[in-house]
Amino acid sequence: MARSGGWVVPAISLMLTLVLGVLPLPDAIEAARPDWMAVVLIYWSLMAPRKFSLLTAFWMGLAIDTLSGALLGQNALALLTVVYLADKFHLRFRVFPVSQLAITVFVLLFLYEFILFWIDGIVGRNVPFAERWVPPFTGTLVWVALVYVFNRGQRQAQARL
Amino acid sequence: MSVPGRTAAGLGRSGFSLGVRFVLLAIVCVALMMLDQRQQHLQRVRQALSVVVYPVRVLVDLPFRAWQSASVNLTERSALIAENEQLKRERLETEFRLQHLAALETENERLRQLLDSTERVGLRALVAEILSVDLNPYRQRFDLNRGASDGVFVGQALLDAQGIVGKIVRVDAFTAEAVLITDADTAVPVSVNRNGLRTIAVGTGDSARLRLPYLTNSADIKTGDLLVSSGLGGVFPAGYPVGRVVAVNLQPEQSFSEVIAEPASALDRDREVLLVWNDEKVPGDSKVKPAAGSAVAPTGVKVAEAR
Repeated sequence: MARSGGWVVPAISLMLTLVLGVLPLPDAIEAARPDWMAVVLIYWSLMAPRKFSLLTAFWMGLAIDTLSGALLGQNALALLTVVYLADKFHLRFRVFPVSQLAITVFVLLFLYEFILFWIDGIVGRNVPFAERWVPPFTGTLVWVALVYVFNRGQRQAQARL
Repeated sequence: MSVPGRTAAGLGRSGFSLGVRFVLLAIVCVALMMLDQRQQHLQRVRQALSVVVYPVRVLVDLPFRAWQSASVNLTERSALIAENEQLKRERLETEFRLQHLAALETENERLRQLLDSTERVGLRALVAEILSVDLNPYRQRFDLNRGASDGVFVGQALLDAQGIVGKIVRVDAFTAEAVLITDADTAVPVSVNRNGLRTIAVGTGDSARLRLPYLTNSADIKTGDLLVSSGLGGVFPAGYPVGRVVAVNLQPEQSFSEVIAEPASALDRDREVLLVWNDEKVPGDSKVKPAAGSAVAPTGVKVAEAR
């Protein structure tokens, strides 16, 4: 999964992630939509650091900003921050068991939402904060699912290191 | 499986350390936001980016479009016939009302001339489809499949069959972003159809509710009142339904009462909306004539304006 030459899988996964991020959902579960791009980039940063550079996070953030009509650079800055933190501390995070990692991921996703909310506040956009904890929560669940589906082998290999 | 990260821990491809690259990119982000906040500066950049991500939009819209055409193709003949019948009936009814309307319009025009007041301007409209792209759930926005190439402009009003939907806030080459009247940042000048009482309807962020926060406790308003656009402010054309009052809560301890209205148009179910050109405001008139056929005929003769 983390071969340095393979860019097809990551490229497709990024494209799909972008699509998932703007796919229309029924109103009932709309507020629970995870921040797909943040989840996927955090996943890659923890599992295969340096697979995606900060530059990828930057461009993907700009893509989301354009697609969602947000302030240009808003998602980019939020993504950049969480990917930077995940990258910076990945060695420390990697020794965590999955349960603790999940908490870390939740904190990162919450930070992501908070940065978005903060910027909205600064530019005077009127958004509620009440439901903002839901996407990090669902995002963490998605992350756990990703780990269980794709990383069985890798975690075992890691345990042997 | 290699052990990534260890060898490349300190240095990235560009030769800068992780921290330095983060700070540089973060500065770029902040600069972008500051420029973007002052709208016009980044119009070009935004348009370029929106062309780049256009494939994503198409990809998202694809399954919905496929489903739609499939459902059209697979509908049973009897169902189609029934629908056809119903549409014919509806058309008859609508035409009947239109006849009446034409007479009323002429009468209105005549009365206005008698009163020596300015006439109403005619409107032209163009049908636009809503792209199935979900924007931020906290902001009531959506994208349309018409853009600058169709003459769409920022601030243009959007209507549907039932009433006022919203207005355009950003225009790209082939798409435009619109904001609903229920967005928390939007307000529509309205008047109560029953007595002409003027006020402002403010969005709540919930697509089924509007607030009327500027009505005093003594204001003459009650449940069931129809709110129509007053045309003040010049964005929304006058006289179109905006909503219906569903709750009036008097608050004796405060000077303003809490009035809630329900939007007239099917904000969360629309797939098609009408872009409206106010004839007076068409910039560079010859260039932006919308497609003929879908145009609504302008009404009235220009008499009173000549004064």
